[in-house]
Amino acid sequence: MKGEMKMAETVDARGLSCPQPVINAHKKMKETGSGTFEVLVDTATSRDNVTRMATREGWNAEVREEGEDILLVLKK
Amino acid sequence: MEGLIRFFGSKKGILCVGLFVGVFAALLQKWGNPPNMGICVACFERDIAGALGLHRASVVQYIRPEIIGFVLGALISALIFREFKPRVGSAPIVRFMLGFFAMVGALVFLGCPWRALLRLSGGDGNAILGLAGLAAGVALGVYFLKSGYNLGRNHKTYKFVGWIMPLIMVGLLILLIAAPKLPSGAVFFSEKGPGAMHAPLIISLIIGLTIGILAQRSRFCTMGAIRDVILIKDFHLMTGVFGLLIGAFVMNITLGQFHAGFVGQPVAHNDHIWNFGGMLLAGLSFALAGGCPGRQLFLSGEGDGDSALFVIGMIAGAAFAHNFAIASSPKGVDLWGPGAVIVGLIFCVVIGFSMREKI
Repeated sequence: MKGEMKMAETVDARGLSCPQPVINAHKKMKETGSGTFEVLVDTATSRDNVTRMATREGWNAEVREEGEDILLVLKK
Repeated sequence: MEGLIRFFGSKKGILCVGLFVGVFAALLQKWGNPPNMGICVACFERDIAGALGLHRASVVQYIRPEIIGFVLGALISALIFREFKPRVGSAPIVRFMLGFFAMVGALVFLGCPWRALLRLSGGDGNAILGLAGLAAGVALGVYFLKSGYNLGRNHKTYKFVGWIMPLIMVGLLILLIAAPKLPSGAVFFSEKGPGAMHAPLIISLIIGLTIGILAQRSRFCTMGAIRDVILIKDFHLMTGVFGLLIGAFVMNITLGQFHAGFVGQPVAHNDHIWNFGGMLLAGLSFALAGGCPGRQLFLSGEGDGDSALFVIGMIAGAAFAHNFAIASSPKGVDLWGPGAVIVGLIFCVVIGFSMREKI
């Protein structure tokens, strides 16, 4: 619908083992440059790793529990 | 609880975990474990394979309580912190074979990354070659990761599946305590050699459990430490490795366990090429599988069935290595050791090139 906020793109990193979620999120950061996108993960390790990398790269990471999954909203 | 979670996620937290591992590894040696082998995941899994009779190298047979403790400690921590998530299905046969060849490489060098660090902290210069090989193997793994290598997704599974590996460890603990003697000779316990050297069961078990809990919380991983520095210039995990090295070094000096040199080092050989080559294979295998052997044990305690298969692959690899003249000894590399390393490297490179998503 016109005028509605554009949905942020989501990187689905569920089920991927270390360090794949970080690689995928990092790739998306490079592509995006700035703005907002989401990373969906399903382990606390992936949550911590992606959050740490994002913070180091100057992105703000907001963590939201989504049932058994974890949604990371990354903004810059 | 929140404070604890934050602490173990911090650099200070992982440094403390590394220091704990280093200090208690040196103490375990003091209390009876083999020299420069206070903790060695590869060697200890090999000893377990021997105790079960999967190989018959009579000097390396013992059910190591530290390994049992690592898995059960990680399980306890994962349950407390609600991180127990049974999952399976990410290229199981590949992970088994990576575990197999990781062990082949580790036994040609004579140690896992933990023991390589402990050997260095005890003055064994040959460990430098092993650690260089490990770093080179991980760097090669990073190359594959950067070019799209991926073992694929796992999926959630039934709760009980996550309990299988911890239950196997409980079974091993029962065998260790009951020590039955069957007509076949099993359970086998070494009467001499490194397998006969061990700290008291209860001490080894408690230290193993504690490390399992701490490492599950902090995600301590020696391979990941090198990988993250190369891949994303992140020194978080490396802080833990430094902690291990410093903790063990200071304790070894204090306890009179530091002896610098290349020759005559305990449970080690000084064939530089194959010290490097063995750990090159091990490092590449760990990188392709996403964790060092310790980390694979901790993940298996969290319910990761693929990591459990990597561990079982390592145990199978240990049996094969001792039955087929692949594992080295203090005399040097054995007949099929170099050949097995080359076969393992070819396998890993083929896996690295063939399991790639186009990026």
